Amino acid sequence: MVMGDARTRWSARRWLIAGVLATLCAAPAMARDTLTLGMVLEPPGLDPTAGAAAAIREVTYDNIFEGLTRIDGAGHVVPGLAASWTISPDGKTYTFALHSGVTFHDGTEFNCAIVQFSYNRARAPDSTNAQKELFEPIADIACPDPHTAVVTLKRPDAAFLFNMGWGDAVMVAPNSAAGNQTHPIGTGPFRFTNWVKGDRVEMARFDHYWGAAPKLARVTFKFVADPAAAAAALLAGDIDAFSNFPAPEILPQLRADGRFAVVIGSTEGKTILALNNARKPFDDIRVRRALAYAIDRKALVQATMSGLGTIIGSHYTPNDPGFIDLAGTYPYDPTRAKALLAEAGIASGTHFTLALPPPPYARRGGEVIAAMLEEVGLHVELVPMEWAEWLDQVFKRSDFDMTMISHTEARDLAIYARDHYYFNYHSDAFRNLYQTYLAATDPRTEIDLLQKMQRQLATDEPNVFLYVLPKLGVWNARLHGFWVNDPIPANDLSAVAWGE
Amino acid sequence: MLRFLAGRLLTLALTLLAAAAVIFLVLEVLPGDPAALILGVNARPDTLAALHHQLGLDRPAALRFPLWIFGLLRGDFGESYTYHAPVAGLIADRVMVSLPLAFLALALSTTLAIPVGVFAAARRRRIGDTLAMAVAQLGVAVPNFWLGLLLILLFAVKLAWLPASGFGGWSGGIWHGLRSLILPALALALPQAAILARVTRSAVLETMGEDYLRTALAKGLSRNAALWRHAVPNALIPVLTILGLQFSFLLAGTIIIENVFTLPGLGRLIFQAIAGRDLIVVQDLVVLLAGSVIVVNFVVDIAYVLVDPRLRQSPPR
Repeated sequence: MVMGDARTRWSARRWLIAGVLATLCAAPAMARDTLTLGMVLEPPGLDPTAGAAAAIREVTYDNIFEGLTRIDGAGHVVPGLAASWTISPDGKTYTFALHSGVTFHDGTEFNCAIVQFSYNRARAPDSTNAQKELFEPIADIACPDPHTAVVTLKRPDAAFLFNMGWGDAVMVAPNSAAGNQTHPIGTGPFRFTNWVKGDRVEMARFDHYWGAAPKLARVTFKFVADPAAAAAALLAGDIDAFSNFPAPEILPQLRADGRFAVVIGSTEGKTILALNNARKPFDDIRVRRALAYAIDRKALVQATMSGLGTIIGSHYTPNDPGFIDLAGTYPYDPTRAKALLAEAGIASGTHFTLALPPPPYARRGGEVIAAMLEEVGLHVELVPMEWAEWLDQVFKRSDFDMTMISHTEARDLAIYARDHYYFNYHSDAFRNLYQTYLAATDPRTEIDLLQKMQRQLATDEPNVFLYVLPKLGVWNARLHGFWVNDPIPANDLSAVAWGE
Repeated sequence: MLRFLAGRLLTLALTLLAAAAVIFLVLEVLPGDPAALILGVNARPDTLAALHHQLGLDRPAALRFPLWIFGLLRGDFGESYTYHAPVAGLIADRVMVSLPLAFLALALSTTLAIPVGVFAAARRRRIGDTLAMAVAQLGVAVPNFWLGLLLILLFAVKLAWLPASGFGGWSGGIWHGLRSLILPALALALPQAAILARVTRSAVLETMGEDYLRTALAKGLSRNAALWRHAVPNALIPVLTILGLQFSFLLAGTIIIENVFTLPGLGRLIFQAIAGRDLIVVQDLVVLLAGSVIVVNFVVDIAYVLVDPRLRQSPPR
């Protein structure tokens, strides 16, 4: 009896343990629908229409906020809140057919009045939109009916549909726009739930989303500044994915782990050695070309980015329409560089400064470039700077010789056509090409002009074009649906899901 | 005592005002425009002007300084340029991480260091002393961020006992918040404990050479009793001084550990605010930290009086 009793109790306990084990094992078999995504920088506010930081878009773009058009992972303009559009033959009138049944996360209805409000807010005199320039061509927005928006331009703008797909052009509602910095309310597949400042932003699936429901129910964006901490958080399973991992040198370790997919893509970050074209001797094309010959870009990418990063020969990336490979325009040739410098009358040992903003690509790259220029007889003094200092001294006051910087804005050839821009490039030929491109209404002419502009820049070499920053994607191998490239700063999570 | 307190309060107020003026001036001359940082490289001049107006930066410094000080006096800390939230709330959130972390690290380092220091002093030049001091020497030499990474690799990645990074928050219960602070507190405490143990040892050794200790031993007190009753209490003054310095450091000087463990503490807030030229946040934080250092020193002074009866009498004039 006693024995029997003990046996019964024992077996009851065994069942209990078996049951617990079964539940424990069953739990992971259910499809996971939460994601923790790591990012290096915390966004300063969550309103993409009120700040330039890429981190704002990387959290909110196409997750919380949407525009009339959107840019997909391949860099194409696709319909967003506008289901379709027609363009008048003169290229000045865009008629957008808006999706119906779209609501903001707070229940506000999306219609043409919202389009009017959003675009007018961005171009108003008191606007604090970081890309106000994009809205400058707009002359008028009319609403013939609630689901049709007619945007009239002052002049044709070949880039208009692409530009309206930027984070700066997303739709915001009059009753919530002022609060979007801390509590963003958009029309996207995820609604904002919480922001623990300094740590994470949380969002949840929006149940009344107009489009296909996202697979993930909850998403946490976690901000990890330190690369070693980022690797540890991935290895410990605290973070499921980094769409752009901060340190290329740690990637082999993560790849070897087997639990992670490591996917190398491309960003829009055109990394250049910018030269002050208004300052002697950089106004001399021979000097600029000599610098281009003196830099071994392959070795630079190897030394600073573990060999990841596409070498470019113009201010344009392979993601962009009409890209031509000009990387071979100035092959590494120190002898030729020395000859050109001598021809331009630059004595050996001439002293220049190289201003370096905080990112590792600049701080590490600057040292490599200084060593390469030393080889051709130039003495380079490195000047590390904070962002605030760089923006003030180099960018605003144009007080610099050389600087290393990555231009992360997509398709920004326009900066070479500006009157005042920090590197002070002035070329009537380029400006003519750019103006003709803007007025072009036929795609083949557009592509032809985009290619001519790339060639013009490679010929003039106003800056030494180096390489495109890679997008170092690392995520749990069971996850799929991330963008491989970053044609614009974004982490579009609408298609991300856990597989088996 | 009242006069003592009043004097202290006056010093506090004057120091804070001086700190406020200095940080305001430094930020005024420092290059960098908050609006340019927010709006980036494509900002047009009219957009910058609109943002300057919105942030109140179009007003002259001579007006902004008194407005800020009077705001502080009314308990209004202003609004962050980058977080668009009241600074008081931002700082309060960070204090809820930094203060428990500082206390935890301090508790760990003292419970570890004082017994080890006293033990080493008691066994001077014997194997225990040599071993303890060798370990302490190592502890002083090891950088805390490296120790932090090792702790993460062992306890979070390998054993998966504790989270590798981030802060769980206190809303899920004490353990929920505490478990994210254990590893960083250890990483901070061990190097500090090493310093503290060495200071304790030499302070105790010094008192053990004093005449009164020889007298105590001569009147027949055991070596242990003499150690704990006379040597240790008298050795506490330098230990308290070090503790005060360490606590002030732990409040905001822990940015490297905060980065390694991705903790949203005061150190990272002040670093971010300086880099982002979030002027109001920097100003408020500097005043707050100056204030807390003064308060910590005050607490240490009171502790001196408690451990040393001689300090209770008025100084001879």
